[in-house]
Amino acid sequence: MRTVFAKPRTLTDAHTHYCPGCTHGIIHRLVAEVIEELGVQERTVGVASVGCSVLSHRYFNLDMQEAAHGRAPAVATGIKRVLPDRVVFTYQGDGDLASIGTAEIVHAAARGENITVIFVNNGTYGMTGGQMAPTTLVGQVATTTPGGRKTGRDGYPIRVCEMLATLDGTAYTARVTVTDPAAVAKARRAIKKAFQIQLVGKGFSLVEVLSTCPVNWGMTPLEALRWLKENMISYYPLGEFKGGGEVPA
Amino acid sequence: MGDRRLMKGNEALAEAAVRAGCRFFAGYPITPQNEIPEYMSRRLPEVGGTFVQAESEVAAINMLYGASGAGARVMTSSSSPGISLMQEGISYLAAAELPAVIVNMARGGPGLGGIQAAQGDYFQATKGGGHGDYHLIVLLPASIQEMVDLTRLAFELADRYRNPVMLLADAVLGQAMEPVSFVDEPVTEKPFRPWATTGWKGDRPRNVINSLYLEPEELEKLNLRLQKKYAEISAREKRWETVNLDDADVALVAYGTAARICRSAMEKGRAAGLKMGLIRPITGWPFPEQPFEKALALGIKKFLVVEMNYGQMVEDVRLVISGRGQVAFYGRAGGMMPTPAAIVEEVRKLLGRVND
Ligand SMILES: Cc1ncc(C[n+]2csc(CCOP(=O)(O)OP(=O)(O)O)c2C)c(N)n1
Ligand code: SF4
Repeated sequence: MRTVFAKPRTLTDAHTHYCPGCTHGIIHRLVAEVIEELGVQERTVGVASVGCSVLSHRYFNLDMQEAAHGRAPAVATGIKRVLPDRVVFTYQGDGDLASIGTAEIVHAAARGENITVIFVNNGTYGMTGGQMAPTTLVGQVATTTPGGRKTGRDGYPIRVCEMLATLDGTAYTARVTVTDPAAVAKARRAIKKAFQIQLVGKGFSLVEVLSTCPVNWGMTPLEALRWLKENMISYYPLGEFKGGGEVPA
Repeated sequence: MGDRRLMKGNEALAEAAVRAGCRFFAGYPITPQNEIPEYMSRRLPEVGGTFVQAESEVAAINMLYGASGAGARVMTSSSSPGISLMQEGISYLAAAELPAVIVNMARGGPGLGGIQAAQGDYFQATKGGGHGDYHLIVLLPASIQEMVDLTRLAFELADRYRNPVMLLADAVLGQAMEPVSFVDEPVTEKPFRPWATTGWKGDRPRNVINSLYLEPEELEKLNLRLQKKYAEISAREKRWETVNLDDADVALVAYGTAARICRSAMEKGRAAGLKMGLIRPITGWPFPEQPFEKALALGIKKFLVVEMNYGQMVEDVRLVISGRGQVAFYGRAGGMMPTPAAIVEEVRKLLGRVND
């Protein structure tokens, strides 16, 4: 019998702790598949961040470092500078990357640090229970925006891909989602491209994945996917913001 | 002794680090230690190492975490306010048991403070500073030559115990010039680090550098392992110097620049017939009790702790003496220095010889 579908070698056998219907799991799988397909498992070092993905070092079957909240890009910088021929990636949430770790992500990009960032944007602080994130939409209810996010009090959401695309050190940014099979295929291509850009030494690459948090959004998994499509994509348009086209040689 | 030269403290320290095998430095500018990153930015590329000017001290210490985890010998340097920002990362380094050398060329505080030498960071260095139960090994040089020697030792201790080590010096030691010589013997090959995250070929257990333990039993296990290591460090690595204790009526106690001032005070006092000795801790943590026991055994009952702060190490001294002698304190801070004359005056008071 021919195997047509198997778990990538780059994922461990551990059961993940993600809530049912959370898209973190799909994104893990895409990253793992790409690493396996590129044949770089033996020379990849991952950096887990703080947030729901804090245990991702248990799930990726790779050498991994766990970073402090927001500091993954600095940790990745240290690894990559010491081991320039290795593939180094971070896996970060929106609270991690766009709030406490804004300085680290902006400057890793500005330095053109040759690393790949997987940025999971679910518009909330999942792990700590659904507080407002920098990416929470205007009007969106969070535990710290009980009447919905108000710009006068809470400011505006940050579009990370667009912001980082303005930096010369950024080689690639793309925003994708994993709401249906076609979207998943696109997300996979973007993630692969981000790693390929690192492999050819072009500099900083980031893929933002719009993701759901059914638990903290107070929705079923399906409702959450629909809500994402209907509300998030209009503010966070999908596509490549820098480094579109073929992977440069 | 082929290699004796006159060097500024900060540069001598940086050179010593390179010779000790340091191959990664990340830092952020702050007076009075800027010569260290400047020197490293020139020197590290010559030996195949890497220098990164980080966007902040927060990033610098986390770059160290990554680089150390990837197997390199790593160092950062800063001064008081910058060291405060590094405390988060220092706690993580200690928890993940990563070797790293952290230099604090301390200045006056609190807050933005000033840029002159002070010793107000003793508590922060020796009692923690970041969250959780951990210890740094803290080395307290009192001359530029000693700074060079202790830098080499710092890298050795960091590797041996897989623990961050702090060199706590100050603006005077960083900025002064003195003749120094370097150990000529070449640095031993970078030790093999089987735990480093260098990419997993399946030929060893997967390496994960982590400090998260959600199960209390597991976290307690980590803490117990750390405590065992700290006990071993305490038993083995205490360092100190004593001067003129044998016939002394009073022992001065000081470290670093304050200890140098105490030496002058001691000479001045002895010339005036005051029998003064000196106890100089070289490790702030673990704190050496041996020289105090020796002083008590010699019959010394009076101790004058001199610091460039308003009383920090004096607490450690009181703990060791535990009521078996009189512990007095004299300090200046904010960049002001205790003078030898003022110290002698304090000794006269302590000995009840004000009118001699
Ligand atoms: C210094 C620090 N501050 C706060 C926290 C608490 N904390 C843990 S996860 C988290 C939010 C993570 O949110 P996000 O990055 O969006 O990831 P998600 O959980 O949504 O996947 C916070 C604030 C921490 N661990 N460390
Ligand atoms: S809290 Fe939200 S982001 Fe976290 S695992 Fe659950 S659904 Fe996913």
